[in-house]
Amino acid sequence: MSPLLEVRDLQVKLQTHRGAALAVRDASFTLERGQTLGLVGESGCGKSMTAMALMGLLPENAQIGGSIRFDGEELTAKSDGEMCEIRGNRIGMIFQEPMTALNPVHSIGHQVAEPLRLHRKLSASAARKEAIALLDRVGIPEAARRVDAYPHQFSGGQRQRITIAMALACGPDLLIADEPTTALDVTIQRQILELIGELVAERGMALLLISHDLGVIAQNVARMLVMYGGSVVESGPTPEVFAHRMHPYTLGLFAARPGLRSQKGQRLAMIPGTVPELVDLPAGCPFAGRCAFTIPECHVTVPPAIEVGADHHARCIRLDAVAAAKQLALTPALSQGEREQQP
Amino acid sequence: MSAVPVIAALPLNAPGFWRRAARHHSFVLGAVLTLLLVFTALLSFVWTPFSPYDVDMAAKMMPPDARHWLGTDAYGRDIVSLLLVGARASIAVGLIAVGIGLVIGTAFGLLAAAERGWVEEAIMRLADFGFAFPAILSAIMLTAVFGGGMVNAIIAIGIYNIPTFARITRASANAVWSREFILAARACGKGKLAITMEHVLPNILSVLIVQATIRFAIAILAEAALSYLGLGTQPPQPSWGRMLSEAQTLLFQSPMLAVYPGVAIALAVLGLNLLGDGLSDLFDPRLTRKR
Repeated sequence: MSPLLEVRDLQVKLQTHRGAALAVRDASFTLERGQTLGLVGESGCGKSMTAMALMGLLPENAQIGGSIRFDGEELTAKSDGEMCEIRGNRIGMIFQEPMTALNPVHSIGHQVAEPLRLHRKLSASAARKEAIALLDRVGIPEAARRVDAYPHQFSGGQRQRITIAMALACGPDLLIADEPTTALDVTIQRQILELIGELVAERGMALLLISHDLGVIAQNVARMLVMYGGSVVESGPTPEVFAHRMHPYTLGLFAARPGLRSQKGQRLAMIPGTVPELVDLPAGCPFAGRCAFTIPECHVTVPPAIEVGADHHARCIRLDAVAAAKQLALTPALSQGEREQQP
Repeated sequence: MSAVPVIAALPLNAPGFWRRAARHHSFVLGAVLTLLLVFTALLSFVWTPFSPYDVDMAAKMMPPDARHWLGTDAYGRDIVSLLLVGARASIAVGLIAVGIGLVIGTAFGLLAAAERGWVEEAIMRLADFGFAFPAILSAIMLTAVFGGGMVNAIIAIGIYNIPTFARITRASANAVWSREFILAARACGKGKLAITMEHVLPNILSVLIVQATIRFAIAILAEAALSYLGLGTQPPQPSWGRMLSEAQTLLFQSPMLAVYPGVAIALAVLGLNLLGDGLSDLFDPRLTRKR
């Protein structure tokens, strides 16, 4: 049986007034039924564009290349009408901002019931009953009484629960969560992630979790992809990537985490430079301009995915140098000071 | 879906809405004047002091007295009765002309916002074309081609309203389309039509209502102007604009004949404008939160 989701060489090209920008370049990954996959990277690395490409909701100035096979069907070839049959029905999506993802003028019951009426053709009363059950399941207290309340009467965490109920209404095979907890405070974040985890397990859905937060990725997904400059630079099972991270960008990302044991006044390690502009992305490795291990060859071609462990790949041609540096316990070799010592 | 969510979109039952409305002076004054206009027109169907069509040459150009409260015109017709019946023409023109503009203009505006691309370009350039002609000029052109009369005047004013509503709708709808709940609705698999009707329209309704009251006032003025020019309401049907044009020749003998319909038009327009201003304040959510 083919995997639930199989993305091959996905390219998203955005036409901007400054020229064509490659927001996603040659991203490939698969996601089996019931499996969880995390997508991590900093702002503007192409995480959300990848999600939008899966949903067929790319902006109008975007061109898509490569292939997205969902349950054996090619999504990139589908018309908008055909995608409407899949969106909300077979693929559900949760957004970053629960404060704005609900329409202020409709009651929450109406909004949760809508996908049911649309895809399952339920009657208004049957959809309402189902909506109450869903709201109850996602932990809205007194769901039966509050079903007619409006979004502004709920807190941020409750609203995110409501958007989860909307995304789950039709029992999708795949749930895409795009930074679902970024706008919430930490205690609520944990509850929401636990809820998503429970629901994914309970309904046998596959989960694609997008986050810039390594902690969120560590606790919630079995496999992870690290994205940088539109490319997947490292991929593998989450524990494996955490334990044996190999790509210089991943190393930098981990080094930049604040730790509980770090002392007051100690500065966080950072990755020098800024994310490259996608419009004039250089040839070669997108990270070459910021990487301490760069050699001239890095600027020539995009590095191939090299197997560095079981099912663990990194796109880097300097892995031997990285490994040597790690051996010398120079892991934060990417900090500003170390970089300046490099010739 | 049905009208229910659309009405729910208006903050009419938001806590404190009516209390704030009662304290809003221009809203109250506008509402009173507008209700007065509607009441006048309705009253004319059941009662007028005299028939507005009865010509009584013996009693022409009488000054105000106990029988004729505001006197009579050059044909001996009772001014009060003429003003009462004339309000009908104003309301009919306002309602129908704004209705034409609102329905067709809003539909085009929503289509432009939903489709974007060349459809939006085409609709907006057509609207620009409509804007290039001043209201009265295009109304004169239409009535000149299709003949005068109230129906043609209404259609002419209505057509003039279409580009206005199309533009306002498109601008407001574009702002709604860029909000995240629209993306969420699309992620639920909704098509453009469903999103437009259930998510976009309810969110721009208050803008449209405010605009409609202001356009109503402009339509009343336009009807008066067209009737004054002899292209609107035809004799013997009374209208405020026709009363003005008939009074013009007698301006030196009895200037009050022009003042009465003039004041009526001014009050009606003032009332609708104040109502529109008041509503736009009351519908503004930023003001709701401040108080």
